[in-house]
Amino acid sequence: MEALLKKQVPANLENLNDLMEFIASYALAMGFERDRIGEIEIAAEEALVNIFNYAYQNKDGATETGDVEVACGKDGESLIVSITDEGLPFNILAKADPDISSTLEERSIGGLGIYMIKQFMNGVRYNRENGKNVLTLTINKHRG
Amino acid sequence: MEITERKENNVIVVSVAGRLDAVTATGFEKHMSTLISGGEKKVVVDLGSLEYISSAGLRGILSTAKKLKAESGAMYFAGLRGPVAEVFKISGFYSIFKIADSVETAIKQI
Repeated sequence: MEALLKKQVPANLENLNDLMEFIASYALAMGFERDRIGEIEIAAEEALVNIFNYAYQNKDGATETGDVEVACGKDGESLIVSITDEGLPFNILAKADPDISSTLEERSIGGLGIYMIKQFMNGVRYNRENGKNVLTLTINKHRG
Repeated sequence: MEITERKENNVIVVSVAGRLDAVTATGFEKHMSTLISGGEKKVVVDLGSLEYISSAGLRGILSTAKKLKAESGAMYFAGLRGPVAEVFKISGFYSIFKIADSVETAIKQI
């Protein structure tokens, strides 16, 4: 992976827009189209909001402070976005897909974001290493 | 996100522009909740100027739809395009919601 750019901020919702812009401008510079960048943002937002809400919860359920780091890099024509936190272990990929054929009444509110990560990204990898969660997204110019 | 609304006969048309994401979805949900508790029963949501919707936005829409259904109300979506239409497709929202090509059609059909 080359041309690595990193941004580290406190893991909270106030920083979402900055992180979205950081990722979007990197993708734009690589020549990604606007609609594809939207899909990247959807995936990144989901992963980040999960971290904001759950990664730094203590035993009492209260949220403590902690950081999240977003790194953007290239692998050939592909964009690589990795998102790292030092919070509770959480493997986003272990969550079951929602039943998207269920009716409105049966629909549970949740699970769709992780499903969209899997649909929109070309590769998703989770690692727990040295007390850190590392989610690595591989994104090609086209979803295909 | 920017919300504008207008009333046509007994139908309320709510236009949502910009981004419906983790930052703005709560505002959308509150807005819709106020409309529903104010007695609005026929709601057309115009997404023609919506540029971006994430799962937080979808959650806001789902919970609004459930509230409206509990009040025996009806909801239509109109003007979906590009990435927003794609997200609705992937999430199976086309099979649980009524979706019209235009606001005018939605108003006629609701």
